[in-house]
Amino acid sequence: MKRLLVPLLALVAAALLALTLHKIFYGTPLERELNFNQKIFYWHVPNWFVLFGMVFVCGIASVGYLVKRDPRWDDVAWAAGELAVVFGAIGLVTGSIWGKAAWGHWWKWELRLTTSLILWLTMLGYAMVRRFAGAGSERLAAGLAVFGVVNVPLVYFAVKLADSLGQASSHPKAQVVSQLTSSMKHTFQLSALAFIALAVALLLVRVDAIRATRRLRDVRERALDAGILEP
Amino acid sequence: MPVAAGPAYNRSVQFARLVFAVAGKDLRVELRSREIVYTMGLFAAVIVVVFSFAFVRNQAALIEAVPGVAWAAVVFAGTIGLGRAFDREREGDTMRALLLAPAPRLAVFAGKAIAVALLVFAVEAVALPLCLLFFNVDLGAAVGHLALVLVLGGIGFAVVGTVFAAMLLRTQARDVLLPVVLYPILVPMIMAGTKATAALLSGNTGDAWFWTKFLGAYDVAFILVATWSFEALVIE
Repeated sequence: MKRLLVPLLALVAAALLALTLHKIFYGTPLERELNFNQKIFYWHVPNWFVLFGMVFVCGIASVGYLVKRDPRWDDVAWAAGELAVVFGAIGLVTGSIWGKAAWGHWWKWELRLTTSLILWLTMLGYAMVRRFAGAGSERLAAGLAVFGVVNVPLVYFAVKLADSLGQASSHPKAQVVSQLTSSMKHTFQLSALAFIALAVALLLVRVDAIRATRRLRDVRERALDAGILEP
Repeated sequence: MPVAAGPAYNRSVQFARLVFAVAGKDLRVELRSREIVYTMGLFAAVIVVVFSFAFVRNQAALIEAVPGVAWAAVVFAGTIGLGRAFDREREGDTMRALLLAPAPRLAVFAGKAIAVALLVFAVEAVALPLCLLFFNVDLGAAVGHLALVLVLGGIGFAVVGTVFAAMLLRTQARDVLLPVVLYPILVPMIMAGTKATAALLSGNTGDAWFWTKFLGAYDVAFILVATWSFEALVIE
């Protein structure tokens, strides 16, 4: 069952992504104000769903690792942290493209943009710790994830309060989902499902790969200790 | 002894004694060489000078740049001092001894954080007056409030920075990783600090108090997270 899960999820994700691409361009009407620009929303928003989901998973798994001291929690945190960087990058790029079309700027220092950027930078730091800090950095990574998650509401409120003293935000709000026509809503839901399936499949693959690397390292160390392997 | 001298009171006195023993040790080492204070102070001064060249128009510097310059100098110089304070433990291989000492981890953490905070205060005492001097700012009666903002910011920096520097102690590439992982977490503190300073410079006391309270909330949030997690994070 577990062996079938990843190919199955990958297949679902591939089929749904193809289907949503078709529906985005042929099955949904143009939005009244934003026209063609709005189409990127079907892929942009699910990517942020996945980023926040992955950060959440990474934070929970890191707390689990710190409490239980079981490296299996750490494998999950590592995989989720890396995927958060990937999906965050897609979200930032798609968002920038939309911003250029809608606002005329690639970037605005706006509430959602700033908060997401800081969160993404934190996760990028997390990925660098995992990549460069070497052996014994598991706790550092876990600590960074916990501090990063606690930091999200602080950044959000800091930017929100600074914004409220300045100009109003111009990023579309979450309420727009309820104003969509039914074909738009269906396409959006399918697209969200596609990205979630893709993210879960990637997460499972990455966890397996990280776990295998860790086991290989453990076996190697034991072999070195036993004198079976030459150093 | 006061009337309330129960076991809980004795325990907290004992804890405070341990905290000040760790902080006192760090400060005594520093006072003998004054290496960190001098290098941090000079570095902060150089940053302020470099920035003031960038923000000069018609022979006068832009006052709007003061909050950003001041806080950038404090954070950059603070990072240098933070790295050095823990490098000392690594060079002497004394971190293990410190953690093996019959003291709660929390006391070691608090002692270290207090020592770092005092170093940051020293840097702030150099950077801020220099900023005000080079940018020709007259703060007037707001000096006390600015000092409060700087103290709160310094505490936040010391708490978060001590946790990260202690965790990074035993990893590779720690010098480059420290700012990379630390600054995103410090963003709310830097934002609140610059906003409060800007509000004080423009005489907007209401906004300044608001951001001062935000800094206090930031400190409380991360003191809680640090005390909860330091025990689990720094193990060796």
